[in-house]
Amino acid sequence: MDNIGIVFSITLMYATPLIFAALGGIISERSGVTNIGIEGMMTIGAFAGAAVGYFTANPWIGFACAAAAGGALSALHAIACVKFHANQIISGVALNLIGLGVSLFLSRLLFDGVTQTLPVPNKLPKLVENGPGGLNLDSTVLVVLIFIIGVWFFLYKSRGGLRLIAVGEHPAAADTLGVNVFRVRFLAVIVSGLFAGMGGAARTLAVVSSFSPIVISGHGYIALAAVIFGRWNPVGASLACLLFGFAQSLVVVLGGGDIAIPSQILAMLPYILTIVVLVLLRGKTNAPKASGIPYIKGQR
Amino acid sequence: MDATYAVEMKSISKYFGGFCALDNVDLCVQKGEIHAILGENGAGKTTLMNILYGFYEADSGEVWTNGQKREIKTPKDAISLGIGMVHQHFMLVETYTVLQNIILGDEHIKGPGVIDYKKAKAEIKKLAEDYHFNIDLDAKIQDITVGMQQRVEIIKALYRGADILILDEPTSVLTPQEIEELIDIMHNMVQNVKTIIIITHKLAEIMKSADTCTVIRRGKNIDKVAVANTCEKDLAELMVGRAVEFTVEKQECRRGSALLQIDGLVVEDDRKIKKVDGLSLELFEGEILGIAGVDGNGQKELFEAVTSLRKAKSGSIRIDGQDIQNTSPRKTFEAGISVIPEDRQKSGLVLDFTIAENMVLEKVQNAPFSKHGILDWKVIRQNADKLTKEYDVRPDGSAGMRAGALSGGNQQKAIIAREISNDGRVLVAVQPTRGLDVGAIEFVHNAILSERDKGKGVLLISLELDEVLKLSDRVAVIYNGRIVNIIDAKDADEKRIGLLMAGGEGA
Ligand SMILES: Nc1ncnc2c1ncn2[C@@H]1O[C@H](COP(=O)(O)OP(=O)(O)OP(=O)(O)O)[C@@H](O)[C@H]1O
Ligand SMILES: [Mg+2]
Repeated sequence: MDNIGIVFSITLMYATPLIFAALGGIISERSGVTNIGIEGMMTIGAFAGAAVGYFTANPWIGFACAAAAGGALSALHAIACVKFHANQIISGVALNLIGLGVSLFLSRLLFDGVTQTLPVPNKLPKLVENGPGGLNLDSTVLVVLIFIIGVWFFLYKSRGGLRLIAVGEHPAAADTLGVNVFRVRFLAVIVSGLFAGMGGAARTLAVVSSFSPIVISGHGYIALAAVIFGRWNPVGASLACLLFGFAQSLVVVLGGGDIAIPSQILAMLPYILTIVVLVLLRGKTNAPKASGIPYIKGQR
Repeated sequence: MDATYAVEMKSISKYFGGFCALDNVDLCVQKGEIHAILGENGAGKTTLMNILYGFYEADSGEVWTNGQKREIKTPKDAISLGIGMVHQHFMLVETYTVLQNIILGDEHIKGPGVIDYKKAKAEIKKLAEDYHFNIDLDAKIQDITVGMQQRVEIIKALYRGADILILDEPTSVLTPQEIEELIDIMHNMVQNVKTIIIITHKLAEIMKSADTCTVIRRGKNIDKVAVANTCEKDLAELMVGRAVEFTVEKQECRRGSALLQIDGLVVEDDRKIKKVDGLSLELFEGEILGIAGVDGNGQKELFEAVTSLRKAKSGSIRIDGQDIQNTSPRKTFEAGISVIPEDRQKSGLVLDFTIAENMVLEKVQNAPFSKHGILDWKVIRQNADKLTKEYDVRPDGSAGMRAGALSGGNQQKAIIAREISNDGRVLVAVQPTRGLDVGAIEFVHNAILSERDKGKGVLLISLELDEVLKLSDRVAVIYNGRIVNIIDAKDADEKRIGLLMAGGEGA
C-alpha cells in the first residue's frame, strides 16, 4: 500500500505534459483546424525549455521560452492552413519534422555537437517532495490545473469561447455575424502551440532535466488521442491523459515488483489501454463539424 | 446627395469564374419602404444581397447607404451600418442553443469576456414577445423544426437592431398564419423607419407587403414597378418572360390498390418525445395523398421513419405487404420509395459533389452507371445533362458544377429531377417546391401529377396548404402525431382543414 503515493506521483508526472498538449489540441480543433503538429511543437518546446533553462539557470524563464517556441512553430501552421488553405494534415506532418529537426540542429550548435542538452542546474520546483507514501508533485501540476479550469471557463462561459466553437462548427454562420473567422483560427492555432510548447518543457524541466531526441516520442499523438476520447472537452481530455499516465505508473510499479513480466510487454500497456478505452467509449462523437476544412469566403 | 434612399446599388457586376451572375444590376431602395426583389431561380438575388451584406465582394459597381458611398468588405461592416440579413440557407450552429445562436458575435458581457446570458435572455424574451415569436431559447437548434429555425434567424437580425433588413426567402417554410404575422411585423418595422428588402417567390406576399418591386432575370435588371400599380399575373410574366398558369390541369384520379400501408406507427424524436403517436394511413396507386398540418406535429418524424432515417418505436410500414420499417435508406429505396427531403442541403445533396454525381447518389452501384464497381462517367454525365436540361437546372452546364455553387432553387430542382427519374413506385415529397419560382413550381406540379397519372403513389407532406389542396386527391390532417381526419379533396376547403390542423375535433 505504500505504493499509492508513488503511483499517484508517477501518474501525474506522465500526465501533466500530455494535458498541456491536449489543451492545445482542443483549442485548435475546436476552431476547426486540425493540428497534428502538436508533437513537433512539444519537441521544440522541450528543447527550448531545457536550453534556456540551462543557460539562464532559471527554469521559469525556460518554461516561458518553451511556450514561445511552440507558439512560433504553430504560427507557421496558422499561416499555411488558415491564410493559405493548405492541407492541415500535411502541414502538421511537416511541422513535426521541422520541430525535431530544428531542435537537433540547435542542440548540436549550442552543446558541442551533441543532440543532447546538458542538465539544467535548476529544475522547476516541487510542490511536494518525498511526502507520505513517496508522494512527489511537480509545480507543473498546479500550473496545468489552473489552465484546465481556465480553458474550460473560456470555452463554455466566455465570449471568446462561444465564438471559437462556432467557428469550428459553422464558420460561415460566424462570419455572417461579424466574427472574424481567420483571426479566431489564427489565434487558436498559435495558442495551441503555446500549450504544446509548455507541454514539452513540462517534460524537460520537471520530469527529466535535459533534452534528448527521444524525450518527446509520441506524446503529441497521445495527447491528440486524449482530445478525441475526451470529446474535445478539457476535463474529459485531462481524464484521458490521467488514464494514460496511470498506465505508465503501473509499468513502473509492476516492473519494479516481484512478478516477472517482460518489460517490453509492460511498456505496451499504456498503448493497449488507450486502444481499449477508445473502443469502449465509442458512440456518438461530437467532433467539431468544420474541423480540417479550410474556410474559403464566398464558397458555398 | 439624395438621402431619401436607404440603399443604392449601382451597376453591380459579379462573376463566378467565367459565369456572370450579375451584369450591371441597379437597386434603389427608399428609406422606410418594403422593397421586394423578384426573379427566377438563379437570377442572382441572393448574390446581390450577399454583396450588400459584405459576404461577397462585387467585381464592379458601387454601394451607397443613406446617401453615402460605402466600402462594405465584411458582414461586420454591414452590421455596423445597420444592415441585417436573414440568409436563404440558415446560418445556425446546430450544437448551440437558440439563445447562443442569437447572441453570437454580439454578446453582452459581465466582467472580462464573460457572457451575461441572463441579461441577453431577458432582452430577447422581450423582443420575441414584441413580435409574437414563440420560441424556446434553451432548445438546441438540432432539436427544433425548420420553421422554428427560420424564426431564430429573423430574431437574430432584429436583436442586432438592424435598420435595413434583408430577408432572403424568409417565408419559405412558414405556415400561412406565421406569414401573416411576419408581414405584420414588417409593417410594424417600417413604421419605425426601418427599411426592408425581401426576396420571395410568393407573389401574394409581395402584393400584400411590398411598396416597390425590382425584377431581375438572369443577372440583369428587367424592371422596377410600384406594387400598387401591378398584379400577380403581371409580376409573374415580368419575371419569367412568358405567361404563367397558376392553376394545374388535373385529370380524374384513377386509384389502384393499396401501395404503402402505415399501421400504428410510433416514432420518438432525439429527446425521446413521442412525435408520431399511433399513426395509420394508406396510400394507393395513382393518387396523391397530402399531409396537411402545422409544423412540428410529427411530419418530420413520419418522413424519417418512412425513409428509415429514424427508428420506429413500434408499428409497421409496408410497401406491397412487405415490411420496410427500421431497415435502411438503401432498402427503402430498393423497395421503391423515392424521396424529396425537407432540407435540400442537409439530406438532399452532397454540396461538394458535382450535380452529375448527385444525380446518381442512390443508384450509382447499378448499371448503367457502373459496371463491376467501376463508374461509367460518360453515362453519369449524360444522365445529368439530360436531367438538368429537362428540369431547367440553371445555369447551362450545371451538370459539371459543384452542387453548392447552384442557387437554392436550382439545387431543389436537381433533387426533384433525380427523385422523379428514379421511377420508384412511391414518391415521398416534403415541401417539394420550397424556394422555387412560380415558373418552376408550375413545372414541378405538373411533373408530380404526371407521376400520379402513371400509377405511382405520392405522399405529399407540405406546410403549404395551397399546395396540398391544389395537388392532393385526398388530404390527411396530422395533429399531435396522428391523422385526425382524411378528407376527399373535393370536400376539402381551407377553412375546414385549417380547423382540423389546429386540433379542432370532427370538423
Ligand atoms: N459561390 C458561388 N460559386 C459559383 N457560382 C455561384 C456562387 N454563388 C452563386 N453562383 C451562381 O450565381 C447564380 C445566381 O445565384 P443566386 O443564388 O444569387 O440566385 P437566386 O436568384 O438567389 O436564386 P434562388 O431563387 O434559387 O435562390 C446562380 O447561377 C449560381 O449558380
Ligand atoms: Mg437565392
